[in-house]
Amino acid sequence: MILPLISAEAESGGAGLGVALVLGVAFGFALERAGLGSARKLAGQFYGRDLTVLKVMFSAIVTAALGVFWLSRLGFLDASQVYVPPTFLLPQAVGGAVFGVGLVAAGLCPGTSCVAVATGRRDGLAVVGGMLLGVLLFAAAFPLLAGFYGSTPRGTVTLPGLLHLSPAVATAALVAMALGMFAAAERWERRARAGGAS
Amino acid sequence: MSAAEAAAVAVPAVRPAARAEARPYASPYLAGVGLGLVLLAAYAVVGRGLGASGAFSSVAAAGVASVAPAYAAANPATAEYLGAGGPLRDWLVIEIAGVLLGGFASAWLAGRLGGATERGPRIGAGARLAYAAGGGVAMGIGAKLARGCTSGQALTGGALLSVGSWIFIAAAFAAAYAAAPLFRREWT
Repeated sequence: MILPLISAEAESGGAGLGVALVLGVAFGFALERAGLGSARKLAGQFYGRDLTVLKVMFSAIVTAALGVFWLSRLGFLDASQVYVPPTFLLPQAVGGAVFGVGLVAAGLCPGTSCVAVATGRRDGLAVVGGMLLGVLLFAAAFPLLAGFYGSTPRGTVTLPGLLHLSPAVATAALVAMALGMFAAAERWERRARAGGAS
Repeated sequence: MSAAEAAAVAVPAVRPAARAEARPYASPYLAGVGLGLVLLAAYAVVGRGLGASGAFSSVAAAGVASVAPAYAAANPATAEYLGAGGPLRDWLVIEIAGVLLGGFASAWLAGRLGGATERGPRIGAGARLAYAAGGGVAMGIGAKLARGCTSGQALTGGALLSVGSWIFIAAAFAAAYAAAPLFRREWT
């Protein structure tokens, strides 16, 4: 197992930060190429006009999941050394819902707001300012929120672990689900165009 | 033809040509696969995924620490982000600096720099900016509660099949669709 190349403890070293910069450049480049630096295009997802968000997000998830599966299977990657965000059921459900409302109002997510700023859009700057304010409000209210924030912890738990599936079956199910969603998205967009829906 | 006349002819001729040069966006599937390969490279090289909201947390915490160091150190929500080397030694802050560079480079190469404030035809620019800032506030709070955003939870945790990340994806999409009619005026 030669991967991951750098341990998590070394990520703040010179090499780790150099990798961060290079990966960030590629990340920003890919988001801009997809058109996700445009708030109207991103918001189109929620009005049935333009399902780019869904297509980009699930293509990325499937690509990375297949990569992790095959690199592990072929003995290159020790997947147990890759950090999986821990699960906190209620905070992630409520936080996700609050985030979703903000997403459709802003038309940009935290990452794509940075792309919008980089390409010279003032609404991107407003989202960035709002995000900073939101983070500060959370910190100010933390004494009140700490109990909820730490509630319903489940540790590191994955869908295959929870459902007792092998990684192969879980990855295959993910791919099948994504392909089904892509087919539905294409059909939906064709119908929306034919119907002249706004 | 005088210089002034030449300029009067040249300016409108240049403007539409520059607009027409803006190339169409890439296929979403192709861009998504590219994004997935970047995410995979992050797992394989540093054993972690991508993120965005964490960089905002680091910058905000550094800002609080510069005006109220004792408060910032005592509040767990900010203390967590006060690393030894400051925000410029933070992995996600550097990654986001890269996102700015990469987004700029991509838009520049495609002739897409300098887009206006994006909004629908029925809303003024000022109102749109207010919605954008308000949406940012909600996303900041939501991402803190959920311990990540579209990058750190949906993409990074999603591809690793983390249960909490899929709860975040489902909740975020469901809430965005449910709230979309309230914001229709902003976009259509």
